[in-house]
Amino acid sequence: MKITFAITLAFTIITASADWPQFRGPNGNGISADALPTKLDKENLKWAADMPGRGLSGVIVVGDRVLLTCSSGPRQHRLHVVCLDAKDGSVRWHRQFWATGRTMCHSKTSVAGPTPCSDGKYIYANYSSNDLVCLDIDGNLQWLRGLTLDYTNVSNSLGMAASLVVSGNVLVVPVENDSESYTIGIDKHTGRNLWKLNRPKAANWTTPTLLPGGFKGRDLVALQSSKGVAAVDLKTGVSVWNFGNGASTTSSSAVYDGTLYVPSNGITALQPRSDGKAPDQIWQSGRLQPSTASPIVLGKHVFTVNRAGVLTAGSRETGEREWQLRLKGPFSSTPVAAGKHLYCVNEVGLLQAVDTTAKEGEITGKLDLDDQILATPAIANGAIYLRSNTKVYKVAK
Amino acid sequence: MKHRLLGLLAVFSLGVVCWSAPNVSDSIKTIRAVGSEGQGNAAAAQALKKLAQADAAAIPAILNAMNGANPLAANWLRAAVDTIAAREKKLPLKGLNQFLANKANNPRARRLAFELIQGTAPDAAEKLIPTMLNDPSVELRRDAVQRVIVTAMELQNNKKDKLAAGEYRKALDAARDIDQIKTITTRLRQLKQEVDLPRHFGFLMHWHVIGPFDNTERAGFNTAFPPETEVKLDAVYKGKAGDVKWIPFVTADEYGKVDINKAYPGLIKEVTAYAYTTYDAAAARDVELRLGCKNAYKVWVNGKLVFGRDEYHRGTRIDHYRLNASFKKGRNTILIKLCQNEQMQNWTKEWEFQIRVCDPTGTAILASNRPRTPAKGTDNN
Repeated sequence: MKITFAITLAFTIITASADWPQFRGPNGNGISADALPTKLDKENLKWAADMPGRGLSGVIVVGDRVLLTCSSGPRQHRLHVVCLDAKDGSVRWHRQFWATGRTMCHSKTSVAGPTPCSDGKYIYANYSSNDLVCLDIDGNLQWLRGLTLDYTNVSNSLGMAASLVVSGNVLVVPVENDSESYTIGIDKHTGRNLWKLNRPKAANWTTPTLLPGGFKGRDLVALQSSKGVAAVDLKTGVSVWNFGNGASTTSSSAVYDGTLYVPSNGITALQPRSDGKAPDQIWQSGRLQPSTASPIVLGKHVFTVNRAGVLTAGSRETGEREWQLRLKGPFSSTPVAAGKHLYCVNEVGLLQAVDTTAKEGEITGKLDLDDQILATPAIANGAIYLRSNTKVYKVAK
Repeated sequence: MKHRLLGLLAVFSLGVVCWSAPNVSDSIKTIRAVGSEGQGNAAAAQALKKLAQADAAAIPAILNAMNGANPLAANWLRAAVDTIAAREKKLPLKGLNQFLANKANNPRARRLAFELIQGTAPDAAEKLIPTMLNDPSVELRRDAVQRVIVTAMELQNNKKDKLAAGEYRKALDAARDIDQIKTITTRLRQLKQEVDLPRHFGFLMHWHVIGPFDNTERAGFNTAFPPETEVKLDAVYKGKAGDVKWIPFVTADEYGKVDINKAYPGLIKEVTAYAYTTYDAAAARDVELRLGCKNAYKVWVNGKLVFGRDEYHRGTRIDHYRLNASFKKGRNTILIKLCQNEQMQNWTKEWEFQIRVCDPTGTAILASNRPRTPAKGTDNN
């Protein structure tokens, strides 16, 4: 009984919302309150929908709308936003734009790399070409920007993939690269700049992390880069604190219960301070090594998965490695969680459900979609949505 | 200038074309005013709301308004067309066909018109494809080229090599997309046909290079070494490790790659070199310089900086950068600065670029002083 209660308590930091409005869900931590099948079978595959282009951006879900971006054309210069009906995968609307920035990217990635986000009313989508569009949930264009038109050296020849986050009136747009490198706070209603920060001149694919009420009640956004983490005031872009020990440029920080788990020298757990000074380092563990995938914190553990497919569970409190489980890799996508299970999909479309409360973790189900999947899944309305290079899949009970 | 005129004509003609939607011309004018950093977004959003309510008859006028519109405005206008077309059951085929037929119209807008026709009258669209082999819209042309490639392949499969070669040649002349060009080239060579790819693309093959100058800690990118202030091919300057002078350099790479490592053998890092060539233009004109390069670079035309970018070893492809430049009649100079950084991994050895001169469709514009495509390039000189 005590154990059950403890487990229940450990999984209470989850959202009640059924939407999945951004990369790694409502709180940017990859956790959903929904119940998903844990055994996984072909019967769980409810539908698969063909897309008009390629992509590895994640799916977002707003109500009964499943939204994603794609790119197409010989030079991937045609940019798509597609809205599917969650019920059957049919297309509710589809909008296209022409890229105004460079579309060069590595063949493994795509111009549709960054995951869009939504505040429930509007959808914000960006692309590796640094085109940024805002549509309402019915597909009506509200505004657009061409950030490479505005700032001609904003681009990354490997491809941009950092995702957007939105909070309050601010859309945070990371366009960090080797040359003209910024993160921009944009008025979500008009598309105009609220602030524009010069950022380290280095390619960066990490997604900002929101820290609500992070300093004197003000919301902060943590910007990760090769230099470390800079927390800035969401409304003004003014720097509040800085962690300067370096960090990954691919795997993004996870926030859980006010603690920031940064892919830095393995994983470094940071406790932001209320006085705005540099955060306290709780622990640092080189034995937790995220690769492309970002860490996820669930229950008592922080999890990392490396490219080879080794899932490592570390103590959330101490960082000590507790167990490892070999999954079938390789992985580019970040695991997501529902209940006590992690859902990990590898690059060839094998979805694996892992019971994180089993002594050393246990794979409870597998579903082979036999497709190239690099995107982080979304969980909403009792379903997990997986996006391959060319399709979207719905898996549910 | 031509596009601006078309844009004005488009706006003036709206009153006739879109008599059923009096707000259309005002809305278009507002949308066409969007600018950098989100300027005009709020007004454009209001205008789009009105414009998107227009009936399908307004679509050709909205397409017309893309002529001369900036790329952001074109996307706004596209959103209006998409919204109307998704809602309206019957599209104005006659107007769309007229718009498509006018090759002076915006190429992307014409492609959009074609796709709208395709969605409504697929059979009619199919018949149009073969007529687009030399269309100024690269996307329209692509479909027509693919048709010819398929025909040629069928002929080749049936051992009709001579006819197949003729079709492949026709396809190559029209092809502008690299994947199609590579397919055609492979097939033509199977048929023992010669293909002069540098000429097809318009790659610049003959250069003078000088270096190495210093680029320690990547500082050379913003250091103006002597070639940036004067190009004297007989001059001698102090370089990173001694005196340096201009040397002739010819590439025979069929994709025009100028490999600076061949001029300065050995793995040398944290260095800068310059490449210089001349281009005789038959007439003054605007051109596109299309550059492929994974090193930090700067490009000057006639002494004027066109563009520069300080990114290293992230990847490249043909036509990676499309740079707009103006050539004067007669001799023009092209100077490229190419920086190599400190990284020592295998994949950071490349110190090279490729550049071609073409029009917006990617059609090569050859210099009047263009030498024959070299059979052999400079190696280790």
